[in-house]
Amino acid sequence: MHSQQTTIQNEHGIHVRPAQLLVQTANKFSSDIKLVAEDGRRVEAKSILGIMTLGLTKGAAITIEANGADEEAAVAELVKLFESKFGEE
Amino acid sequence: MAEQSLKGIGVSDGIRFGSVLLYQPNSASQTPVRETIDPSETDAELSRLQKAKDASYQELEDLVAHTRQTLGEDKAVILQGQQSFLADPSFYPEIERLVSSQHKSAELAVKQIVDQFVMIFESMPQEYMRERASDLKDIGNRMLAHLSGAQGVRLSEIREEIILVADDLTPSDTVQLNRQYVRGILTRIGGKTSHTAILARSLGIPAVLGIGDALDLLHDGDEVILDGTAGLVILNPEESTRQTYEQKQREEADYLKSLEEFQNQPAKTSDGKTFEIAANIGTPAEATAAVEGGAEGVGLYRTEFLFMNATSMPTEDEQFEAYKSVAETMAGRPVVIRTLDIGGDKELPYLSLPHEMNPFLGYRAIRLCLDRPELLSTQLRAILRASHYGKLKVMFPMISNLSEFRQAKAIFREVAEQLRKEGVPFDEAMEVGIMVEIPSAALLADQFAREVDFFSIGTNDLVQYTLAVDRMNEKVAPLYDYFHPAVVHLIHRVIDASHRAGKWTGMCGGMAGDPLAAPLLAGLGLDEWSMDANSIKKVKHKISTLHHEECKQLAEQALQLGTAEEVRALLGGK
Repeated sequence: MHSQQTTIQNEHGIHVRPAQLLVQTANKFSSDIKLVAEDGRRVEAKSILGIMTLGLTKGAAITIEANGADEEAAVAELVKLFESKFGEE
Repeated sequence: MAEQSLKGIGVSDGIRFGSVLLYQPNSASQTPVRETIDPSETDAELSRLQKAKDASYQELEDLVAHTRQTLGEDKAVILQGQQSFLADPSFYPEIERLVSSQHKSAELAVKQIVDQFVMIFESMPQEYMRERASDLKDIGNRMLAHLSGAQGVRLSEIREEIILVADDLTPSDTVQLNRQYVRGILTRIGGKTSHTAILARSLGIPAVLGIGDALDLLHDGDEVILDGTAGLVILNPEESTRQTYEQKQREEADYLKSLEEFQNQPAKTSDGKTFEIAANIGTPAEATAAVEGGAEGVGLYRTEFLFMNATSMPTEDEQFEAYKSVAETMAGRPVVIRTLDIGGDKELPYLSLPHEMNPFLGYRAIRLCLDRPELLSTQLRAILRASHYGKLKVMFPMISNLSEFRQAKAIFREVAEQLRKEGVPFDEAMEVGIMVEIPSAALLADQFAREVDFFSIGTNDLVQYTLAVDRMNEKVAPLYDYFHPAVVHLIHRVIDASHRAGKWTGMCGGMAGDPLAAPLLAGLGLDEWSMDANSIKKVKHKISTLHHEECKQLAEQALQLGTAEEVRALLGGK
């Protein structure tokens, strides 16, 4: 298993569009990928509903955990997405 | 059954015969027939569930395609969002799990999972997340309807000609209307300028709104005559009434046919004065209909539809594409783009605006945009970039004082300067104007005229603010009248001020599309008339029958009158 922590940096948090981007990106990998919130809630990174239920706002920390053949690449690319603020200004 | 005549507000002209279809969107919410199943029934229950899911998915698929075709991509996107929830690994597999491992009925399983997500979303502080709860409820109701087999009426699936009768229609109801089958619309609430009215007119569906409790007299299958011109509905018409209306309908058809020759001609009075006739549009798709209807330009492009139907703020590029597509469709004809007019009654889920007691006097339109200048600068950048592809003009809504215009114009200049630095091409000569819909702006028209390039009079709000009449309240609807002399004086003042300063004035409210108002507006010297595409031929025809010099005298007389009734009588109306 591979995991890394990152922080939500975009102004409006993880609303619909970032959640869609996350799911699209996660679906490129075969690994089982989970997002773990600070309070321990754990959701499927390939589920837009799951991600949105975390209600992630700016400043929240999140851990990305991947398990599978491409786990390292998956974590790296998802972290990159968070750091790019999902392409928002 | 005796004939009965019911009075409402006629908001979209035309006479239609038909049978009533009652539309009650929430009637499909039924309680589960049973809560658990026998383990031996699991496979059958799962297959029933799968069928309901597939049917719901297919239904959304059809709805997306239909919406994209009739109303454009931006409105189709919301429904696609619902489809993605149905395909989500946290949604349907969880419902299946409740059936297979806990032997719950398909209905209860759907309800439990939907409720679980609804509860989570509804408890979130962000308005745009709470909005997702209603998407989920919608999916839940869709699946439950398919499970019960007894589906409620789905607007998109109507396949026979009917008169649609409802308490009210929401924007998402109206996007599904198919004008081929929905021959007329009748609602309990609403008035001339409500959303349903605007849409009915743009689709050319005759409509009577605000009929009140008389609506309860109607049942599925009742034969009615709907007269959208007079605002009447006749229930169980007698043969003689039927004949009278058939005659009226023929006359109306002949009249419309006779107007066709005017559609693509310039609007010219008998003594040779021409006026620019333009259309009001809300989506790029409507631009095509405007050109076909004979519009010489777009006098009002309402950009808020692009924003209202998105799940997050449209990006600069998304906006640019929409504006560019309108500019290109209009092929060099002028297009006046109104900057974001939201807030108050028009909410954006992702902006989480507070609910207000008095939304029409509140935090909306330019007030909101100046408070959040990044909204305005992004939109202006998109508009300026699109201006390279046609003839665009920009106007700011809800301007009540000159400082607001100056601030907005300063943002416009900054954005233009940035684009210049970046070497992005745009129209350096783009005109910047204001919408005149608040009496204070009309009264100070001379001062404004020195700084703006043009005025566009929004009569819908101008009447509401001048006469203190809530345009959504059917109880005071009779007071709402653009022929009120006070309104006529304000219009006169604005047009004169613009002409003195060498500028021009347009009008984009309902009055511009009313043939009865044409002699008055021609006499006052209105330069550009913007209306629903369906009204263009009527107004062009009316103008062809006028003599401009006589209209000027008529306008002078109108300015002397004391009541709206006197003005109407002068114009030959009732």
